[in-house]
Amino acid sequence: MTAATPTTDTAPRPDLPWHQGGAAGRALRALRTPGGAVFVLVAVLLVAVIAANPNFGEPGSLIRFIGRTAPVAIAAMGQYFVIVSGEFDLSMAAVVSMQVVIAGNFIGQEEARIIPGLLLMLALGALVGIVNGLATTILKVPSFIVTLGTMLALSGLVFYLTGGAATGNPVDTFRQIGRGGIRDVPVLEIIPYPAIILLVLAVAAVWLMRRPFGRTLVAVGDNPEAVRLSGSATWWLKTRAFILSSLAATVAGIILVGYAGVHPSVGQGYEFTAITAVVIGGVVLGGGRGWVLSAAAGAFALELLFTLLNFVGVASTWRDTVQGVIIIVAVAAGARAWAAGQRRQTRSTPQTTQQNQPTTQGDA
Amino acid sequence: MSSVSRLLPTRLTSTGIVYLVLVLVVVAGAIITAAEGRNFFSGGNISAILTGTSILGFIAIGQTLVILGGSLDLSVPYVTSLSSLVAGVIMAGQTSNIALAVLTALGVAALIGLVNGLVVTYLHVHGFIATLGMGLILAGYLGTNYRGSAGSAPRDFRLIGALNIGPVPLSTLIMLGCAVLVMLLLRRTRIGHHLYAVGGQREVARLSGVRTQPPLILAHVLCSVLAGLAGLLLLARLSVGSPTIGSQGGYDLMSIAAVVLGGTVLAGGKGNILGTLGGVAIFAVLDNVMGVMELNAFLRDIVRGLVIVVAVAVYARRSTDTRPPRFAHPPDDGGGRHTLAPTTAGATR
Repeated sequence: MTAATPTTDTAPRPDLPWHQGGAAGRALRALRTPGGAVFVLVAVLLVAVIAANPNFGEPGSLIRFIGRTAPVAIAAMGQYFVIVSGEFDLSMAAVVSMQVVIAGNFIGQEEARIIPGLLLMLALGALVGIVNGLATTILKVPSFIVTLGTMLALSGLVFYLTGGAATGNPVDTFRQIGRGGIRDVPVLEIIPYPAIILLVLAVAAVWLMRRPFGRTLVAVGDNPEAVRLSGSATWWLKTRAFILSSLAATVAGIILVGYAGVHPSVGQGYEFTAITAVVIGGVVLGGGRGWVLSAAAGAFALELLFTLLNFVGVASTWRDTVQGVIIIVAVAAGARAWAAGQRRQTRSTPQTTQQNQPTTQGDA
Repeated sequence: MSSVSRLLPTRLTSTGIVYLVLVLVVVAGAIITAAEGRNFFSGGNISAILTGTSILGFIAIGQTLVILGGSLDLSVPYVTSLSSLVAGVIMAGQTSNIALAVLTALGVAALIGLVNGLVVTYLHVHGFIATLGMGLILAGYLGTNYRGSAGSAPRDFRLIGALNIGPVPLSTLIMLGCAVLVMLLLRRTRIGHHLYAVGGQREVARLSGVRTQPPLILAHVLCSVLAGLAGLLLLARLSVGSPTIGSQGGYDLMSIAAVVLGGTVLAGGKGNILGTLGGVAIFAVLDNVMGVMELNAFLRDIVRGLVIVVAVAVYARRSTDTRPPRFAHPPDDGGGRHTLAPTTAGATR
């Protein structure tokens, strides 16, 4: 949240509420926003999981858990870019399956094909993002429908090519990306590659959201008309968000090949899991509010919760129900907290914020 | 480009386009079917297409209500499965249990809709999330308590799914009856008008003295009840309740696609039932033609996806320059088109 608030230092005016007080005070205040509260939630869940199963608290199994959660967290960060700009990406799961199948069939058992294969996957991922983005922005089709269309088309294509069965098996070196790690590390035993990829991408995402691109992207989600009038090419901003989302799905797919093997059903439900994670992270559907790391933290909260249920001995079929309850509760609580924040903000700067609100909600 | 748009009748509404597309699809379908050496307009084929419309029709009508109110319902497939199971288990093959089973199933569905509506209106949760959550909750319940199909429908109940009046299946007639009732609700009642107002601009509706909650709650309840009806119909056809029947059909996303294909604006406040029925019919004809062509089941998904995106792109172009009548000054109408023409040309190139 703190990172996502656009800061402009122009005319002297009273500090925004977020800028008052020292670093500690601001951090505490940030924890009270939905985007900050998710970190508290992660901490609480972590303590609960360790209480249920002390073995989980060992550094080795913690880092393995981070590695397992990495694909979901990466997908959630990708989905964040699209959601914060006020759109949806439902095609994520289909992109994951497509990449998994490509990895299985194109790379196969030839090590020489790993690099071209990776490049091909990234290029195809970017292509799907471009198609989604251009259809949403230039053809003005709601992104919900566009990405639903690409989802149907891609998953149809994947099943058509594979016949719905597991086909091909990529070479072990390739699968190491998802499965392996740096071994013989003191304390941790192993640092899984997915955890490293997640860390790098998280740093990149935070950097990107602090660049003009990230700032304008949040602004587009809040009020596209204002951004357009101030001279930004909104179509290119949103298209880049879609490209980032599809690329994130591609990376998630590459990692998943390592664990789950090649099957067209790998990645099923990823779009809704990613959206759930983003929403638990306090990011507002409809755009304009939220922090990218909160989205990743949302993914961790979700996975920790599933782990906790597992340890407590709840049947895995109840996972969906729990996910459903959480998503509703998180958004209801978030809506309340953001509304409270909005009121505070309006009092200190009594300008047009209140009037803009209905428009943004209508667009959502 | 502008000369082409002059040739088109000036008052072509989005519903008009939907039926124009439907006619095109039917003509193309008839030609393709004839090329395969079959008759598209034979009684059996018409009946098959109409049967194909009925289930998606029920759900899409409900979905239209919810979307008009500015919300969404992603929980419909699970409501459909649950209602088929509840009714199937209660009936247990006994004719005397039919009334009780139908009422219980629809009551459960209505209750789910009520919860959806209350969560959306009073907890201010976006309809997408509220109903996605409700869908997941139901999915967990179904997955935990039902391992496979359960219950059974008595013969009298199965007749509903099998009976034909001429070439028209009874189920389609029931669906059309529901459509007429919902149309009357939207056009003739106060709460129907309020639903449009709330969906168009909730805050403006509130400031004009409309209570914004009741129309949206009603829309959610009716949507779930219609999804429940679809479940009952599926029970009548399959004679057993199944926990996966709804999610297998992908009714959540397909119904939204049909509604949007029917010219209803996804953000709410604009659209009608007639368009939705056209959208459902387009899907049914497409499915039928692809069945005749013996197209691979997975290729069908690709075609569906393409049709959805292309069709909606066409309407989106259209609806950007239409305004409610009172804002459109007749002489200005052509002027508005002219300013839009360059972007249109740029995109098509």
